[in-house]
Amino acid sequence: MADELTPDEALDKINFHPRSNSKSRNWLDTTKSVQIRPGMYCYAAKPESVETLGLPYARSWNPTDEDWKLPENWQEILHEGIKERLERFRTFKIFMDICVRCGVCADKCHFFLGTGDPKNMPVLRAELLRSIYRNDFTFAGKLLKNIPGGKRLLGSREMSLEALKEMWYYFFQCTECRRCSVFCPYGIDTAEITIIGRELLNLLGLNIDWIATPVSNCYKTGNHLGIQPHAFKDMLDFFVEDIEEITGVDCTPQYQKKGADILFVTPSGDVFADPGTYTCQGYLILFKYLKEKYGLDVTWSTYASEGGNFGFFTSHETMKRLNAKMYVEAKRLGVKWILGGECGHMWRVINQYMDTMNGPADFLEVPVNPITGTRFDNAASTKMVHICEFTADLIKHGKLELDKSRNANRILTFHDSCNPARGMGILDEPRYCIKACADHFYEMPPNTIREQTFCCGSGAGLNAGENIELRMAGALPRANAVKYVHEKFGVNSLATICAIDRAALPTMCEYWVPEVDVIGVHELVGNALILPGEKKRTEDLRMEPLPGVEEE
Amino acid sequence: MNQRYLIPLTAVFLLFLLAYTGVEGLGLQVVFGVLIPYLAIAAFLIGFVIKVKGWAASAVPFRIPTTCGQQKSLPWIKQNTIDNPNTSAGVFVRMLLEIFTFRSLFRNTKAAFNRNASNKLTYSWEIFLWVGALAFHYAFLVVLLRHLRFFTAPVPGFIQLLENMDGIIQLGLPGLFVSGPVLLLATLFLLSRRVLDAKVSYISQAADYFPLFLIIGIAATGIAMRYFTKVDIIGIKEMTMGLVTFHPHIPEEVGGLFYGHLFLVSILFAYFPMSKLMHMGGVFLSPTRNMANNSRAKRHINPWNYDVPIHTYEQYEDHFRDKMIEAGLPVDKKE
Ligand code: SF4
Ligand code: SF4
Repeated sequence: MADELTPDEALDKINFHPRSNSKSRNWLDTTKSVQIRPGMYCYAAKPESVETLGLPYARSWNPTDEDWKLPENWQEILHEGIKERLERFRTFKIFMDICVRCGVCADKCHFFLGTGDPKNMPVLRAELLRSIYRNDFTFAGKLLKNIPGGKRLLGSREMSLEALKEMWYYFFQCTECRRCSVFCPYGIDTAEITIIGRELLNLLGLNIDWIATPVSNCYKTGNHLGIQPHAFKDMLDFFVEDIEEITGVDCTPQYQKKGADILFVTPSGDVFADPGTYTCQGYLILFKYLKEKYGLDVTWSTYASEGGNFGFFTSHETMKRLNAKMYVEAKRLGVKWILGGECGHMWRVINQYMDTMNGPADFLEVPVNPITGTRFDNAASTKMVHICEFTADLIKHGKLELDKSRNANRILTFHDSCNPARGMGILDEPRYCIKACADHFYEMPPNTIREQTFCCGSGAGLNAGENIELRMAGALPRANAVKYVHEKFGVNSLATICAIDRAALPTMCEYWVPEVDVIGVHELVGNALILPGEKKRTEDLRMEPLPGVEEE
Repeated sequence: MNQRYLIPLTAVFLLFLLAYTGVEGLGLQVVFGVLIPYLAIAAFLIGFVIKVKGWAASAVPFRIPTTCGQQKSLPWIKQNTIDNPNTSAGVFVRMLLEIFTFRSLFRNTKAAFNRNASNKLTYSWEIFLWVGALAFHYAFLVVLLRHLRFFTAPVPGFIQLLENMDGIIQLGLPGLFVSGPVLLLATLFLLSRRVLDAKVSYISQAADYFPLFLIIGIAATGIAMRYFTKVDIIGIKEMTMGLVTFHPHIPEEVGGLFYGHLFLVSILFAYFPMSKLMHMGGVFLSPTRNMANNSRAKRHINPWNYDVPIHTYEQYEDHFRDKMIEAGLPVDKKE
């Protein structure tokens, strides 16, 4: 990546004064302003992946080409698509109508803050589509479109090829993080507009490959990376060996076990990519502990081996198709309820969509923690519990023996992942787990955590390699806050509960705040948990010496 | 100069002149005093209803509140019942605070970036828009309610009370209502923000300036009539009462200034439903704010939920059976 910007060059580009930062005075002038720039976009979806899913217009095309090989009646397709969605989604219809362009959301988006590109202001991102909506679907638009200058007055424009390209570019420069929605006086959620916008683009086969290929893999093999069942087991076997080396205890999990108490589903990132793998080892240690101590029977499944749902970045329908597997598998195995691992958009989907799309899960029981007796009434219908809720409950009831000193070298802060924070509200459970497993914990500044948390910059399917400039720019606000606590309190570890974060934040840290590691909450749990029969541990899960061990 | 605000500014001027000369020069009192107000009210009511019905007709397939605080989970974890409500009571409070105190706007921050020193991004609390927006909306409401005095006989007690409160500050002027100048100043503030804030100015179109100029025009003509040129209040009341009782009556003494004011108000009403001003109705229906975050606890129904093809377990096993058996993974069918 020789063409990659240095942090200094990236910082030089930031300028929050739109007129001086863009070529055109009026953003409605599309032709002058669409510049799809390398480093800022992801490669187009491969036709095979689009085909596997049976989505329309699979073809090879290139975003920087003049010709996108669109179907002839593409405008009609989009028009019909918009019309249909206006009826299906009240959010969409209302959000198209009521934005007052107050600009409050403008400087809330990490992509605007990191790039200064005015079209990354959430309001303008939405206006790209709204301008077309106004032209084609509103009374005022129909009235004014034939009067000279009328469109200008209203801020409307026609569905031109340039407008389409712009929408594509900027809808794939939004991580659907919803930070803008927190501040909007009407709760306008630009993420929702992006979701629907991307759904519309999919009608023309215009997805990116970093989404389409994982989605097709998930569909066929059950997880993003297309890890086949035996390979999935191999991966976990590696972890089991490592854990045995570290602790002396065999933590071999069970697969597809019929009649187990609980089905566990986590994002495949935890199984595949460092440092998520250490979090995965944490789960294995926890389940072994619960099995030994309390006889709790947890099973994994290679069929439902993906919690992360990239369908969410494709269309509501695709999201539903991928999500269905968890219930299908839970039913087949006859478990009592489902436990979900640490993942961002997986939990947004579970919390806000799953029961509606694929419920009712009446073949499952209302989740009860058999060890503490706690009934998870907040999951009474989905029958799905977040592992941080589960672990926090165990810790609260004194059911886990934890040795905090094993995490003593970690000076921690916590990154609230956007989706669980703003689409669910799981804020205190992970903090409770962290504090029970480690002594040194410092919060980042209040404007950057909890519901105001900043995105990692790589969510919603943008964690590719070719758009690294965009990702690093988008990660700047998060990195800036991490840097603050790094300098102030010596924070060296950034804890999080999302698999994309575990993949994206290390790159961000390397770029903006070297010397900070990224760690999952259950890695901390795995380190601290005292397994029955374990040998004296000298290494943590990363096989680095435990604090205090070197000196002995 | 910028046509995005020059055109709407000119338009509001011309509209005023149209009514003024129409009445003063051509004697079109009936048009501007009766016909247009009726049409405007009709356009407002019909447009408003159509719009809200249109929104209501669209489905709410998923429960997707934006959660701004701790969820309800374990009994010992303190839930933020207002910003992350799981009951309708919580939602009700959230919406009340949103509608009456603009709670989300209250959160507003301003980002700044310092390239030279430490490359810090900083966020400071930005309260002026909140203050300005509250002042604007409440002043508008009071002015509107005060005007009910022209449409009621006898004037109800609460309007008297409101007027008394509105007139409590006396700045040397007899019978000054604070709401009028506050409305004008707040509107001017909103306008200046649109012109001076680089980001807001970049996103603004003529459609954003037009209602502001319109309201400035209305407030200015209103204030002018009340404090500077004495208009015939009795005549106006006769006329407005005539309108509400459907016995239109055109008084002699009322001049062009009043008709200009009335015409601008009529335009505002007619324009309302087809413009962004409809946020007034939409804020109540915004699904990210008006829903409880309890979709894991209670099933939400999507009216258009349809079946989709999925990759079934059987297909999966058929595809991978040999590999699964070899790896020692359980299978349903052995061969
Ligand atoms: S904060 Fe809301 S109303 Fe204001 S510009 Fe953004 S989306 Fe529009
Ligand atoms: S959802 Fe996030 S990324 Fe998208 S516009 Fe809003 S703040 Fe920006």
